[in-house]
Amino acid sequence: MGSSILTNFEEIASVLLFVIGMIDLLVQPNLVKKIIGLDIMDSAVYLFLAAKGYIAGRAAPIVTDGILDAAHYINPIPAGLVLTGIVVSVSVSAVMMALTICLYREYHTLNLDEIMMLLRRREADETLRLSGRNGEGTPS
Amino acid sequence: MSREDPRYAGSRWDKLARWRRGEYDPTAGRLELREPDFAPRDELQKLRKYAAQTERDDRYELGLDTRLRGFRRVYLAAAGLLAVFLAALLLVTVSWLPQFGDYTAPEHNEVARRYIEQGLEETGAVNIVAGMILDYRAFDTFGESCVLFIAVCCVLMLLRVDKEEDPHSMAAEDMSDRYFEPHREVILQMAARVLVPVSLVLGIYVVLNGHISPGGGFSGGAIIGTGLVLYLTAFGFERTGRFMNETTVKLLTVSALTFYCFAKSYSFYTGANHLSSFITPGVPGAILSGGLIVYLNICVGVVVACTMYCFYVMFRKGGF
Repeated sequence: MGSSILTNFEEIASVLLFVIGMIDLLVQPNLVKKIIGLDIMDSAVYLFLAAKGYIAGRAAPIVTDGILDAAHYINPIPAGLVLTGIVVSVSVSAVMMALTICLYREYHTLNLDEIMMLLRRREADETLRLSGRNGEGTPS
Repeated sequence: MSREDPRYAGSRWDKLARWRRGEYDPTAGRLELREPDFAPRDELQKLRKYAAQTERDDRYELGLDTRLRGFRRVYLAAAGLLAVFLAALLLVTVSWLPQFGDYTAPEHNEVARRYIEQGLEETGAVNIVAGMILDYRAFDTFGESCVLFIAVCCVLMLLRVDKEEDPHSMAAEDMSDRYFEPHREVILQMAARVLVPVSLVLGIYVVLNGHISPGGGFSGGAIIGTGLVLYLTAFGFERTGRFMNETTVKLLTVSALTFYCFAKSYSFYTGANHLSSFITPGVPGAILSGGLIVYLNICVGVVVACTMYCFYVMFRKGGF
Protein backbone atom coordinates (compact mmCIF):
# COMPACT_ATOMS: atom_id res chain seq x y z
CA MET A 1 0.00 0.00 0.00
CA GLY A 2 1.42 3.37 -0.99
CA SER A 3 1.49 6.45 1.15
CA SER A 4 -1.06 8.63 -0.66
CA ILE A 5 -4.12 6.44 0.09
CA LEU A 6 -5.06 8.91 2.84
CA THR A 7 -4.91 11.98 0.60
CA ASN A 8 -6.30 10.79 -2.75
CA PHE A 9 -9.98 10.92 -1.77
CA GLU A 10 -11.12 11.95 -5.25
CA GLU A 11 -9.35 9.05 -6.90
CA ILE A 12 -10.70 6.62 -4.27
CA ALA A 13 -14.22 7.92 -4.89
CA SER A 14 -13.80 7.44 -8.62
CA VAL A 15 -12.51 3.87 -8.10
CA LEU A 16 -15.50 3.06 -5.91
CA LEU A 17 -17.89 4.58 -8.45
CA PHE A 18 -16.24 2.55 -11.19
CA VAL A 19 -16.66 -0.67 -9.22
CA ILE A 20 -20.30 0.19 -8.38
CA GLY A 21 -20.99 0.77 -12.06
CA MET A 22 -19.32 -2.49 -12.99
CA ILE A 23 -21.33 -4.48 -10.42
CA ASP A 24 -24.46 -2.82 -11.79
CA LEU A 25 -23.44 -3.82 -15.31
CA LEU A 26 -22.75 -7.43 -14.32
CA VAL A 27 -25.51 -8.19 -11.83
CA GLN A 28 -28.63 -6.35 -13.01
CA PRO A 29 -30.61 -8.39 -15.51
CA ASN A 30 -32.52 -5.30 -16.65
CA LEU A 31 -31.01 -3.81 -19.80
CA VAL A 32 -31.77 -0.19 -18.91
CA LYS A 33 -30.08 -0.64 -15.53
CA LYS A 34 -27.08 -2.11 -17.30
CA ILE A 35 -26.85 1.03 -19.44
CA ILE A 36 -27.08 3.16 -16.27
CA GLY A 37 -24.21 1.10 -14.82
CA LEU A 38 -22.08 1.81 -17.87
CA ASP A 39 -22.83 5.53 -17.52
CA ILE A 40 -21.78 5.41 -13.85
CA MET A 41 -18.49 3.85 -14.97
CA ASP A 42 -18.06 6.69 -17.50
CA SER A 43 -18.64 9.28 -14.77
CA ALA A 44 -16.03 7.59 -12.60
CA VAL A 45 -13.49 7.95 -15.40
CA TYR A 46 -14.32 11.66 -15.82
CA LEU A 47 -13.93 12.23 -12.09
CA PHE A 48 -10.56 10.48 -12.18
CA LEU A 49 -9.34 12.54 -15.14
CA ALA A 50 -10.55 15.81 -13.63
CA ALA A 51 -8.86 14.92 -10.33
CA LYS A 52 -5.60 14.16 -12.13
CA GLY A 53 -5.65 17.52 -13.92
CA TYR A 54 -6.07 19.52 -10.72
CA ILE A 55 -3.17 21.33 -9.10
CA ALA A 56 -3.74 22.77 -5.64
CA GLY A 57 -4.19 26.54 -5.49
CA ARG A 58 -4.17 27.20 -9.24
CA ALA A 59 -6.80 28.75 -11.51
CA ALA A 60 -8.82 27.28 -14.37
CA PRO A 61 -6.95 27.37 -17.72
CA ILE A 62 -8.49 30.61 -19.00
CA VAL A 63 -6.00 33.42 -19.40
CA THR A 64 -6.81 36.20 -16.93
CA ASP A 65 -4.98 39.50 -16.55
CA GLY A 66 -2.57 38.48 -19.31
CA ILE A 67 -0.67 36.06 -17.09
CA LEU A 68 0.98 33.47 -19.35
CA ASP A 69 2.84 31.54 -16.68
CA ALA A 70 2.33 27.77 -16.53
CA ALA A 71 2.68 27.95 -12.74
CA HIS A 72 -0.59 29.87 -12.55
CA TYR A 73 -3.03 27.47 -14.23
CA ILE A 74 -4.06 23.84 -13.84
CA ASN A 75 -3.40 21.23 -16.51
CA PRO A 76 -5.74 21.78 -19.51
CA ILE A 77 -5.17 18.38 -21.16
CA PRO A 78 -7.47 16.21 -18.94
CA ALA A 79 -10.32 18.69 -19.62
CA GLY A 80 -10.04 18.00 -23.34
CA LEU A 81 -9.91 14.27 -22.73
CA VAL A 82 -13.04 14.41 -20.54
CA LEU A 83 -14.83 16.23 -23.38
CA THR A 84 -13.97 13.41 -25.79
CA GLY A 85 -15.16 10.86 -23.25
CA ILE A 86 -18.49 12.61 -22.66
CA VAL A 87 -19.27 12.78 -26.37
CA VAL A 88 -18.44 9.12 -26.92
CA SER A 89 -20.45 8.02 -23.87
CA VAL A 90 -23.51 9.99 -25.01
CA SER A 91 -23.32 8.34 -28.43
CA VAL A 92 -22.83 4.87 -26.97
CA SER A 93 -25.73 5.34 -24.54
CA ALA A 94 -28.04 6.49 -27.32
CA VAL A 95 -27.18 3.55 -29.57
CA MET A 96 -27.59 1.09 -26.67
CA MET A 97 -30.96 2.59 -25.77
CA ALA A 98 -32.11 2.24 -29.38
CA LEU A 99 -31.01 -1.40 -29.44
CA THR A 100 -32.86 -1.95 -26.14
CA ILE A 101 -36.03 -0.54 -27.67
CA CYS A 102 -35.64 -2.91 -30.62
CA LEU A 103 -35.24 -5.86 -28.22
CA TYR A 104 -38.27 -4.76 -26.23
CA ARG A 105 -40.41 -4.56 -29.35
CA GLU A 106 -39.43 -8.12 -30.21
CA TYR A 107 -39.65 -9.79 -26.79
CA HIS A 108 -41.79 -7.41 -24.67
CA THR A 109 -39.33 -7.57 -21.79
CA LEU A 110 -36.18 -5.81 -20.70
CA ASN A 111 -34.90 -8.70 -18.59
CA LEU A 112 -31.89 -10.21 -20.32
CA ASP A 113 -32.41 -13.66 -18.71
CA GLU A 114 -35.99 -13.75 -19.95
CA ILE A 115 -34.89 -12.70 -23.41
CA MET A 116 -32.34 -15.51 -23.50
CA MET A 117 -34.88 -18.09 -22.29
CA LEU A 118 -37.51 -16.93 -24.78
CA LEU A 119 -34.94 -17.04 -27.55
CA ARG A 120 -33.98 -20.58 -26.59
CA ARG A 121 -37.60 -21.64 -26.40
CA ARG A 122 -38.35 -20.15 -29.79
CA GLU A 123 -35.35 -21.94 -31.25
CA ALA A 124 -36.56 -25.22 -29.74
CA ASP A 125 -40.04 -24.64 -31.17
CA GLU A 126 -38.51 -23.91 -34.53
CA THR A 127 -36.55 -27.16 -34.50
CA LEU A 128 -39.68 -29.05 -33.49
CA ARG A 129 -41.62 -27.47 -36.29
CA LEU A 130 -38.90 -28.20 -38.83
CA SER A 131 -38.67 -31.85 -37.81
CA GLY A 132 -42.38 -32.22 -38.56
CA ARG A 133 -43.68 -32.81 -35.04
CA ASN A 134 -45.52 -29.58 -34.75
CA GLY A 135 -48.60 -31.09 -33.12
CA GLU A 136 -47.18 -31.28 -29.58
CA GLY A 137 -45.17 -28.04 -29.37
CA THR A 138 -46.98 -24.80 -28.83
CA PRO A 139 -46.14 -22.29 -31.53
CA SER A 140 -44.99 -19.00 -30.11
CA MET B 1 -42.41 -17.47 14.68
CA SER B 2 -40.51 -20.69 14.23
CA ARG B 3 -40.90 -22.82 11.17
CA GLU B 4 -42.30 -25.72 13.23
CA ASP B 5 -45.18 -23.58 14.42
CA PRO B 6 -48.40 -24.80 12.79
CA ARG B 7 -49.41 -21.24 12.09
CA TYR B 8 -46.27 -20.76 9.98
CA ALA B 9 -47.59 -22.43 6.84
CA GLY B 10 -49.59 -19.89 4.90
CA SER B 11 -48.43 -16.96 6.99
CA ARG B 12 -46.99 -13.83 5.50
CA TRP B 13 -43.40 -14.86 6.24
CA ASP B 14 -43.94 -18.25 4.69
CA LYS B 15 -45.30 -16.60 1.56
CA LEU B 16 -42.38 -14.19 1.50
CA ALA B 17 -39.88 -17.02 1.86
CA ARG B 18 -41.58 -19.07 -0.85
CA TRP B 19 -41.74 -16.01 -3.10
CA ARG B 20 -38.03 -15.53 -2.50
CA ARG B 21 -37.41 -19.17 -3.53
CA GLY B 22 -39.61 -18.65 -6.56
CA GLU B 23 -42.34 -21.12 -5.56
CA TYR B 24 -45.13 -18.64 -4.95
CA ASP B 25 -46.41 -15.98 -7.28
CA PRO B 26 -48.49 -13.35 -5.48
CA THR B 27 -49.85 -12.07 -8.78
CA ALA B 28 -50.91 -15.46 -10.17
CA GLY B 29 -54.54 -15.37 -11.24
CA ARG B 30 -54.94 -11.86 -9.91
CA LEU B 31 -53.24 -9.98 -12.68
CA GLU B 32 -55.62 -7.49 -14.14
CA LEU B 33 -55.02 -5.38 -17.17
CA ARG B 34 -56.61 -2.01 -16.87
CA GLU B 35 -57.59 -0.67 -20.23
CA PRO B 36 -57.51 3.08 -20.57
CA ASP B 37 -61.01 4.11 -21.57
CA PHE B 38 -59.85 6.95 -23.77
CA ALA B 39 -57.46 4.98 -25.96
CA PRO B 40 -58.47 4.29 -29.55
CA ARG B 41 -59.37 0.79 -30.72
CA ASP B 42 -55.91 0.08 -32.20
CA GLU B 43 -54.28 0.75 -28.86
CA LEU B 44 -56.66 -1.57 -27.05
CA GLN B 45 -56.00 -4.33 -29.55
CA LYS B 46 -52.26 -3.84 -29.11
CA LEU B 47 -52.59 -4.05 -25.33
CA ARG B 48 -54.71 -7.20 -25.49
CA LYS B 49 -52.25 -8.81 -27.89
CA TYR B 50 -49.43 -7.96 -25.53
CA ALA B 51 -51.29 -9.44 -22.54
CA ALA B 52 -52.03 -12.64 -24.45
CA GLN B 53 -48.40 -12.87 -25.55
CA THR B 54 -47.17 -12.46 -21.98
CA GLU B 55 -49.50 -15.17 -20.76
CA ARG B 56 -48.51 -17.56 -23.53
CA ASP B 57 -44.79 -17.02 -22.93
CA ASP B 58 -45.37 -17.95 -19.30
CA ARG B 59 -42.72 -15.62 -18.04
CA TYR B 60 -43.11 -16.66 -14.44
CA GLU B 61 -42.07 -20.20 -15.22
CA LEU B 62 -38.67 -18.90 -16.22
CA GLY B 63 -37.83 -18.07 -12.62
CA LEU B 64 -38.61 -21.63 -11.54
CA ASP B 65 -35.91 -23.19 -13.68
CA THR B 66 -33.50 -24.59 -11.08
CA ARG B 67 -30.57 -24.63 -13.47
CA LEU B 68 -31.05 -20.93 -14.09
CA ARG B 69 -31.27 -20.21 -10.37
CA GLY B 70 -28.11 -22.18 -9.69
CA PHE B 71 -26.29 -20.41 -12.47
CA ARG B 72 -27.52 -17.09 -11.15
CA ARG B 73 -26.11 -17.85 -7.70
CA VAL B 74 -22.71 -18.80 -9.07
CA TYR B 75 -22.75 -15.80 -11.37
CA LEU B 76 -23.52 -13.39 -8.51
CA ALA B 77 -20.71 -14.85 -6.41
CA ALA B 78 -18.26 -14.60 -9.31
CA ALA B 79 -19.31 -11.01 -10.04
CA GLY B 80 -18.86 -10.05 -6.38
CA LEU B 81 -15.43 -11.65 -6.26
CA LEU B 82 -14.40 -9.91 -9.46
CA ALA B 83 -15.62 -6.56 -8.13
CA VAL B 84 -13.76 -6.96 -4.83
CA PHE B 85 -10.60 -7.97 -6.69
CA LEU B 86 -10.87 -5.02 -9.07
CA ALA B 87 -11.57 -2.56 -6.24
CA ALA B 88 -8.55 -3.82 -4.29
CA LEU B 89 -6.32 -3.64 -7.36
CA LEU B 90 -7.40 -0.12 -8.27
CA LEU B 91 -7.17 1.10 -4.65
CA VAL B 92 -3.60 -0.18 -4.38
CA THR B 93 -2.80 1.57 -7.66
CA VAL B 94 -4.38 4.80 -6.43
CA SER B 95 -2.34 4.61 -3.24
CA TRP B 96 0.85 4.76 -5.30
CA LEU B 97 -0.28 7.69 -7.45
CA PRO B 98 1.03 11.18 -6.75
CA GLN B 99 -0.91 13.13 -4.17
CA PHE B 100 -4.06 14.99 -5.19
CA GLY B 101 -3.20 18.51 -6.36
CA ASP B 102 0.53 17.88 -6.45
CA TYR B 103 2.22 20.15 -9.00
CA THR B 104 5.22 17.83 -9.43
CA ALA B 105 3.08 14.95 -10.74
CA PRO B 106 4.46 13.55 -14.02
CA GLU B 107 1.34 14.39 -16.03
CA HIS B 108 1.98 18.12 -15.62
CA ASN B 109 4.79 17.97 -18.16
CA GLU B 110 6.08 20.11 -20.98
CA VAL B 111 3.00 19.50 -23.16
CA ALA B 112 0.66 21.24 -20.73
CA ARG B 113 3.27 23.96 -20.13
CA ARG B 114 3.57 24.61 -23.86
CA TYR B 115 -0.23 24.78 -24.31
CA ILE B 116 -0.49 27.37 -21.56
CA GLU B 117 2.54 29.49 -22.40
CA GLN B 118 2.26 29.51 -26.20
CA GLY B 119 -1.43 28.83 -26.62
CA LEU B 120 -2.67 32.41 -26.52
CA GLU B 121 -0.06 33.58 -28.99
CA GLU B 122 -0.43 30.68 -31.42
CA THR B 123 -4.19 30.15 -31.41
CA GLY B 124 -5.53 33.47 -30.15
CA ALA B 125 -7.94 31.76 -27.76
CA VAL B 126 -8.18 33.05 -24.21
CA ASN B 127 -9.77 29.77 -23.16
CA ILE B 128 -6.77 27.47 -23.35
CA VAL B 129 -8.88 24.30 -23.47
CA ALA B 130 -10.80 25.65 -26.49
CA GLY B 131 -7.54 26.55 -28.19
CA MET B 132 -6.23 23.07 -27.46
CA ILE B 133 -9.20 21.04 -28.69
CA LEU B 134 -10.07 23.23 -31.70
CA ASP B 135 -6.61 24.15 -32.89
CA TYR B 136 -3.81 21.82 -31.77
CA ARG B 137 -6.06 18.76 -31.58
CA ALA B 138 -8.78 19.86 -34.02
CA PHE B 139 -8.91 16.56 -35.88
CA ASP B 140 -9.69 14.83 -32.60
CA THR B 141 -12.71 17.09 -32.17
CA PHE B 142 -13.67 16.47 -35.80
CA GLY B 143 -13.66 12.76 -34.99
CA GLU B 144 -15.92 13.41 -31.98
CA SER B 145 -18.42 15.29 -34.14
CA CYS B 146 -18.35 12.44 -36.63
CA VAL B 147 -18.98 9.96 -33.78
CA LEU B 148 -22.09 11.97 -32.86
CA PHE B 149 -23.23 11.98 -36.49
CA ILE B 150 -22.69 8.23 -36.80
CA ALA B 151 -24.61 7.67 -33.55
CA VAL B 152 -27.53 9.65 -35.00
CA CYS B 153 -27.38 7.53 -38.15
CA CYS B 154 -27.40 4.30 -36.08
CA VAL B 155 -30.37 5.44 -33.96
CA LEU B 156 -32.16 6.51 -37.15
CA MET B 157 -31.61 3.10 -38.70
CA LEU B 158 -32.73 1.24 -35.58
CA LEU B 159 -35.80 3.25 -34.59
CA ARG B 160 -37.08 4.65 -37.85
CA VAL B 161 -40.71 3.96 -38.74
CA ASP B 162 -40.93 3.83 -42.51
CA LYS B 163 -43.75 5.98 -43.85
CA GLU B 164 -44.05 4.42 -47.31
CA GLU B 165 -43.80 0.86 -46.13
CA ASP B 166 -46.14 1.14 -43.20
CA PRO B 167 -48.36 4.24 -43.19
CA HIS B 168 -50.60 2.75 -40.48
CA SER B 169 -47.87 2.32 -37.89
CA MET B 170 -46.70 5.88 -38.44
CA ALA B 171 -50.24 7.11 -37.79
CA ALA B 172 -50.47 4.75 -34.81
CA GLU B 173 -47.25 6.14 -33.36
CA ASP B 174 -48.66 9.61 -33.81
CA MET B 175 -51.84 8.59 -32.01
CA SER B 176 -50.08 6.90 -29.12
CA ASP B 177 -47.85 9.94 -28.88
CA ARG B 178 -50.94 12.02 -28.44
CA TYR B 179 -52.54 9.72 -25.87
CA PHE B 180 -49.61 8.84 -23.67
CA GLU B 181 -47.43 11.96 -23.76
CA PRO B 182 -48.16 15.41 -22.41
CA HIS B 183 -49.83 17.36 -25.15
CA ARG B 184 -50.92 20.99 -25.16
CA GLU B 185 -50.37 21.39 -21.44
CA VAL B 186 -51.00 24.98 -20.45
CA ILE B 187 -48.39 25.05 -17.66
CA LEU B 188 -45.77 23.50 -19.92
CA GLN B 189 -46.56 25.92 -22.74
CA MET B 190 -46.33 28.97 -20.48
CA ALA B 191 -43.03 27.74 -19.02
CA ALA B 192 -41.72 26.99 -22.50
CA ARG B 193 -42.64 30.46 -23.74
CA VAL B 194 -40.36 31.91 -21.08
CA LEU B 195 -37.61 29.28 -21.07
CA VAL B 196 -37.13 28.44 -24.76
CA PRO B 197 -35.91 31.90 -25.88
CA VAL B 198 -33.71 32.16 -22.81
CA SER B 199 -32.09 28.78 -23.37
CA LEU B 200 -31.62 29.39 -27.10
CA VAL B 201 -29.96 32.76 -26.48
CA LEU B 202 -27.84 31.32 -23.68
CA GLY B 203 -26.76 28.47 -25.96
CA ILE B 204 -25.80 30.85 -28.77
CA TYR B 205 -23.89 33.00 -26.26
CA VAL B 206 -21.99 29.98 -24.94
CA VAL B 207 -21.11 28.84 -28.47
CA LEU B 208 -19.95 32.26 -29.65
CA ASN B 209 -17.91 32.92 -26.51
CA GLY B 210 -16.33 29.49 -26.44
CA HIS B 211 -12.84 30.84 -27.07
CA ILE B 212 -13.10 33.69 -24.54
CA SER B 213 -14.89 32.16 -21.58
CA PRO B 214 -15.76 28.68 -20.32
CA GLY B 215 -18.01 26.88 -22.74
CA GLY B 216 -17.82 26.03 -26.42
CA GLY B 217 -19.56 24.11 -29.13
CA PHE B 218 -20.39 21.00 -27.13
CA SER B 219 -21.91 22.68 -24.08
CA GLY B 220 -23.63 25.43 -26.08
CA GLY B 221 -24.97 22.96 -28.59
CA ALA B 222 -26.37 20.85 -25.76
CA ILE B 223 -28.15 23.94 -24.34
CA ILE B 224 -29.63 24.80 -27.75
CA GLY B 225 -30.72 21.19 -28.24
CA THR B 226 -32.42 21.18 -24.84
CA GLY B 227 -34.29 24.35 -25.76
CA LEU B 228 -35.48 22.76 -29.01
CA VAL B 229 -36.58 19.63 -27.16
CA LEU B 230 -38.54 21.74 -24.65
CA TYR B 231 -40.19 23.61 -27.51
CA LEU B 232 -41.13 20.32 -29.16
CA THR B 233 -42.55 18.89 -25.92
CA ALA B 234 -44.67 21.94 -25.32
CA PHE B 235 -45.99 22.71 -28.78
CA GLY B 236 -45.93 19.40 -30.65
CA PHE B 237 -44.50 18.27 -33.94
CA GLU B 238 -46.57 20.54 -36.19
CA ARG B 239 -44.86 23.65 -34.85
CA THR B 240 -41.28 22.36 -34.81
CA GLY B 241 -41.67 20.48 -38.08
CA ARG B 242 -41.82 23.81 -39.89
CA PHE B 243 -38.16 24.60 -39.27
CA MET B 244 -36.64 21.34 -37.95
CA ASN B 245 -37.46 18.48 -40.26
CA GLU B 246 -35.35 15.70 -41.64
CA THR B 247 -33.98 17.75 -44.54
CA THR B 248 -32.94 20.63 -42.31
CA VAL B 249 -31.21 18.39 -39.81
CA LYS B 250 -29.37 16.50 -42.56
CA LEU B 251 -28.38 19.68 -44.37
CA LEU B 252 -27.19 21.46 -41.23
CA THR B 253 -25.19 18.52 -39.88
CA VAL B 254 -23.52 17.53 -43.13
CA SER B 255 -22.66 21.11 -44.14
CA ALA B 256 -21.25 21.84 -40.67
CA LEU B 257 -19.07 18.72 -40.79
CA THR B 258 -17.93 19.47 -44.35
CA PHE B 259 -17.04 23.05 -43.51
CA TYR B 260 -15.14 21.88 -40.44
CA CYS B 261 -13.21 19.32 -42.47
CA PHE B 262 -12.19 21.69 -45.28
CA ALA B 263 -11.43 24.69 -43.07
CA LYS B 264 -9.24 22.74 -40.71
CA SER B 265 -7.53 20.85 -43.55
CA TYR B 266 -6.61 24.20 -45.10
CA SER B 267 -5.33 25.50 -41.78
CA PHE B 268 -3.26 22.39 -41.08
CA TYR B 269 -1.91 22.32 -44.66
CA THR B 270 -0.74 25.92 -44.61
CA GLY B 271 0.53 25.62 -41.04
CA ALA B 272 2.54 22.46 -41.61
CA ASN B 273 4.10 23.73 -44.84
CA HIS B 274 4.82 27.24 -43.47
CA LEU B 275 2.68 28.83 -46.17
CA SER B 276 1.03 32.16 -45.63
CA SER B 277 -2.60 31.85 -44.61
CA PHE B 278 -5.39 34.40 -44.33
CA ILE B 279 -6.36 32.97 -40.95
CA THR B 280 -4.85 35.05 -38.18
CA PRO B 281 -5.23 34.70 -34.43
CA GLY B 282 -6.54 38.25 -34.12
CA VAL B 283 -6.76 40.32 -30.96
CA PRO B 284 -7.12 38.04 -27.93
CA GLY B 285 -10.41 38.62 -26.13
CA ALA B 286 -12.35 39.97 -29.12
CA ILE B 287 -15.36 38.01 -30.29
CA LEU B 288 -13.90 37.52 -33.80
CA SER B 289 -10.49 36.35 -32.67
CA GLY B 290 -8.84 33.01 -32.37
CA GLY B 291 -8.64 32.29 -36.11
CA LEU B 292 -10.96 29.45 -37.02
CA ILE B 293 -11.99 28.62 -33.46
CA VAL B 294 -15.24 30.65 -33.52
CA TYR B 295 -16.37 29.06 -36.78
CA LEU B 296 -15.40 25.57 -35.68
CA ASN B 297 -17.27 26.12 -32.41
CA ILE B 298 -20.36 27.11 -34.39
CA CYS B 299 -20.04 23.95 -36.51
CA VAL B 300 -19.70 21.74 -33.44
CA GLY B 301 -22.62 23.52 -31.77
CA VAL B 302 -24.85 22.94 -34.82
CA VAL B 303 -23.91 19.26 -34.95
CA VAL B 304 -24.53 18.76 -31.22
CA ALA B 305 -27.87 20.62 -31.22
CA CYS B 306 -29.12 18.64 -34.24
CA THR B 307 -27.94 15.42 -32.60
CA MET B 308 -29.80 16.09 -29.36
CA TYR B 309 -32.96 17.04 -31.20
CA CYS B 310 -32.71 14.04 -33.51
CA PHE B 311 -32.20 11.61 -30.61
CA TYR B 312 -35.30 12.96 -28.88
CA VAL B 313 -37.44 12.82 -31.98
CA MET B 314 -36.31 9.29 -32.80
CA PHE B 315 -36.87 7.94 -29.31
CA ARG B 316 -40.27 9.57 -29.02
CA LYS B 317 -41.84 8.99 -32.40
CA GLY B 318 -39.49 7.17 -34.74
CA GLY B 319 -39.53 9.79 -37.47
CA PHE B 320 -39.83 13.47 -38.11
